[in-house]
Amino acid sequence: MADINYDDLGLKVGLECHQQLDTKEKLFCSCKPELSREKPRFFFLRRLRPTQSEMGQVDPAAYFEFQKGVKILYEADPETSCLVEMDEEPPHELNREALEIALTVALMMNAKPVDEVHVMRKVVIDGSNTTGFQRTCVIALNGEIQVDRKKIPIEHISLEEDAARKTGGEGLIVRYRIDRLCIPLIEVTTGPVIHSPEEAEKVALAIGRILRATGRVKRGIGTIRQDLNISIREGALIEVKGVQELELISKVVELEVKRQLALLKIRDELKRRGVTEEQIKDKIKDVTSVFKGTKCRILRRAIEKGRSIMAIRLPGFSGLLGTELIPGVRLGTEMADRARFWGRVGGILHSDEFQSYGISMDEVEELRRILNAGDEDAIVIVADEKENCIDALRAVAERAKEAIRGVPEETRAANPDGTTRYMRPRPGAARMYPETDVPPIPISNEYLERLRMNLPEMPERKVERLIREYGINEKLARQLQDSEYGDLFEMIVKETGVPSTFVAATLTETLKSLKREGFGIERLSREQIIEAFRLVGSGRTSKEALPEIFKWLSSHEGADPEEAVKTLGLAMLSKHELQRIIQELIDQNRRLISERGERAFGPLMGMIMKKYRGRVDARMVSALIKEEISRYRGGAN
Amino acid sequence: MDEKLPGYRGEALRILKEAYVEVGDLIRIEKAGVTYEGILMPRSELGDERHITIKIRSGYNIGVRITSDMRVEKKASIAKPSFIPPPPPKQKPGMPRVTIISTGGTIASRVDYRTGAVRPAISASDLYSIVPELSDIAAIDTEVLFSMFSEDLTPKHWSQIAMKVAEHIKRGAQGVVITHGTDTMGYTAAALSFAIQKLPVPVVLVGAQRSEDRPSSDAAENLIGAVLCAARAPFAEVVVAMHQTISDEAIAIHRGTKVRKLHTSRRDAFKSVNSSLLARVYNGEIIMLTDEYNGRRDDAEFILKPDFEEKVALIKFYPGMNPDIIDWHVQNGYKGIILEGTGLGHVGRRCFPSIRKAIESGVIVAMTSQCIWGRVNMNVYTNGRDLLSLGVIPLGDMLAETALVKLMWILGQTDDPEEARSLLMRNIAHEFSSRSVEPIEPPESIKA
Repeated sequence: MADINYDDLGLKVGLECHQQLDTKEKLFCSCKPELSREKPRFFFLRRLRPTQSEMGQVDPAAYFEFQKGVKILYEADPETSCLVEMDEEPPHELNREALEIALTVALMMNAKPVDEVHVMRKVVIDGSNTTGFQRTCVIALNGEIQVDRKKIPIEHISLEEDAARKTGGEGLIVRYRIDRLCIPLIEVTTGPVIHSPEEAEKVALAIGRILRATGRVKRGIGTIRQDLNISIREGALIEVKGVQELELISKVVELEVKRQLALLKIRDELKRRGVTEEQIKDKIKDVTSVFKGTKCRILRRAIEKGRSIMAIRLPGFSGLLGTELIPGVRLGTEMADRARFWGRVGGILHSDEFQSYGISMDEVEELRRILNAGDEDAIVIVADEKENCIDALRAVAERAKEAIRGVPEETRAANPDGTTRYMRPRPGAARMYPETDVPPIPISNEYLERLRMNLPEMPERKVERLIREYGINEKLARQLQDSEYGDLFEMIVKETGVPSTFVAATLTETLKSLKREGFGIERLSREQIIEAFRLVGSGRTSKEALPEIFKWLSSHEGADPEEAVKTLGLAMLSKHELQRIIQELIDQNRRLISERGERAFGPLMGMIMKKYRGRVDARMVSALIKEEISRYRGGAN
Repeated sequence: MDEKLPGYRGEALRILKEAYVEVGDLIRIEKAGVTYEGILMPRSELGDERHITIKIRSGYNIGVRITSDMRVEKKASIAKPSFIPPPPPKQKPGMPRVTIISTGGTIASRVDYRTGAVRPAISASDLYSIVPELSDIAAIDTEVLFSMFSEDLTPKHWSQIAMKVAEHIKRGAQGVVITHGTDTMGYTAAALSFAIQKLPVPVVLVGAQRSEDRPSSDAAENLIGAVLCAARAPFAEVVVAMHQTISDEAIAIHRGTKVRKLHTSRRDAFKSVNSSLLARVYNGEIIMLTDEYNGRRDDAEFILKPDFEEKVALIKFYPGMNPDIIDWHVQNGYKGIILEGTGLGHVGRRCFPSIRKAIESGVIVAMTSQCIWGRVNMNVYTNGRDLLSLGVIPLGDMLAETALVKLMWILGQTDDPEEARSLLMRNIAHEFSSRSVEPIEPPESIKA
């Protein structure tokens, strides 16, 4: 596709950055805010019944799920959860450490803390919260940050509990692990003022830098998640949830714009064809008999299992279901997502792809006859229990109607490749009510003043200072700022005496490239990294040995770096050993030296370094070789 | 309290009144150059006088502190939030008739958006419309008797409940469900077990540990189990229906005289003590767990004795307890004392003279154990034997709370100490069991 002019499209993006805080306890209880590494120890089963919001409304999607009899199987263990996460005990008081971090971030973003914090319940009944709501509170309003000289308004800074992790599901059972539930999260919400995919990524980066500057947020994959609110003119406001990688943000925005543009094109085509919503009927027919002797494997297997095959006609939709919106996503895919959500079916088959599934011309003819469908119409079929088929095809018909209107408002989930999938309809606005079990918390001016006096260094200031104090270049200073390990830099330099540029490059470029090569660097503890530098600083091993040590540690979780040095034979050679090695080398290369004289230095140096890189200090090697050559030549003369 | 500004007091109330605003109005607050806009919300009971609560556009509530330079102004009136129960489902023909009597408690409470507190607000008919599944089980009549927290109920309320239950049985109810706060539900269950005897139909008390306005509330499952029992159970006794485990799976049916709340907050807080469950509701079926129960009958005959004597005390013995406590009760006209003794049924010897005086002045003194589980046996140690010889009545494996209720009921029926003593020791409503057996129940915890 040619370059898109996002301004012309009226692109508006707002971000919601969620970052786990590095507190001692969870938000409303004293459990450790950590994910469990063990298998779950006990289980409990719950149903969540949709209740009326304080405005008297019931969320239709939630009610539908409930009526289907969906149950949630919670997995738990006593190390990471207590009765509070199990919704068997009222919440304790709001974690004051988390509140302080959130207020600190608020002040760093020039937001105005509220005078009194009120904890609210935001209704979420997919099972990710045992209570059926997420506890959340707004801490500050109307902040502002600078990104490339543009002012980005920060509408809200909130503190909330993280949700349980989905670990699977089968049939009407959904599984969640509750270890993550109630880990404190800060949520930073920008205004919808972002106008390009790249800008979205830059703003997210800038917010992440401020959060990390507090030194009190968790690091590593899964600890930061972005939700994106994306809309274009004539399109719809789409909420994309759960983008974990910063680098994916611009791609998600770009693909979402493309998806909406493609849906608008389909809308125009349907209009051109004269298709109206009234023409789409809920008439669902049982067509199992058509496929008695089918060669289509999916359908044959379904019939063997005693399932029904049912079909619906989508008038005027021929050729449109197979239209690709973005790579791998067609209008048919969107319908299949809906069918899965509402009908719990595995997927759908539609007439634009019947042939590729081995459905014969005769079968298609027969389908068209039963459904009274012409060539201009599309047909969607589903194979499952009858009731599920009907729910699924109703959802397909609904999605078809929405295609006539354009882009449906919905909540979508991000895939790792930057595409998105249907998650659920957008929840209504009135789903927030007070958490009456937690009293409101007044924020005094004196307390805010104390925090204001002790704010962490802002990221830009820190970059300037690192350049000034440590003599590293700007590129490295910026890389440090965005690195997961950047905060170790100053301490390592001060404590180990290893040259600053080398430390900075190792913490950023080296670790990154090792990760790229597939080493599990995330398994290294911060203590291990610091210790490895200490070994360099004290001369126990060389700078060049560090990558090898890190590689080894990544596959020996929790091991001592000293052990890596020993096992890998990376201990520095003593001067004495080195002298002996160089003398041997010179003995073996007498001809070279007699022929080239001083110029034999290069090749000899190369030979030593090739064999002993990581165990010798290059400067010492160079000095010793020069010394030995001149001694040899002096002696030979 | 100002009806249009619930929860507001002092300076906040004055400022809001002067601005002619009321809860539910869209207001604008300006102070120190900052503007807040939102819907004025009620002030929670836990809140102070120095803040105004507003709901901002995103749905969050925040508190705005009162200052001298603050300006409040009304922008618009907004429809007041209110709870509108969905219309009750259509009655299906041919269903057993069940009455739901509502007395209050968590099962019938929700957040009151005008006061911000959780309070009893839902009538029995609201419950019925919120849990429409009930219409597949029974044809339901509803009646609101009280809207009270159960700790505020007294023996007078037990009498009223008993009479109300009797009235509905006479009118042909095939089962009665009573929604009740859980804190003292065990006491009420015991009280009804004695007050209505030879019941022809089941009387089921039911509560919830999580309020009904939460998606995770246990109210609906408990209520469905209770109504199912009222409509179809083969027994005709007073029982309590609550979650058996922390899962939304099985509803345990406890005998009214053998049940105790044993946890402050868990869904499975209620346990049958010194007794197996009477039954369990699982997958829409009632599974009886014992053969020994009073069966349902077709007639509407029963014995109603709804009077209770309130001058009965439950005294828990503790090391160093001053016997003046016992003397005080005697001097103040108490007619009965249930002791919650240690272990097998003991109190320190220092209390013996007071106990002797109490019994000599005609007060009935009986012994239960603070161990909760097990039965008293006062023949094992000297102290126990001496207490027996003083005239203290050992109450076997009866729960202390049940013993208190029973003695209140007995003294509501008779003034004759001999008759009272004999009634106290007679098994009237399964409050005693003669055998202590290891309960065999199917494993309860869910496997992955």
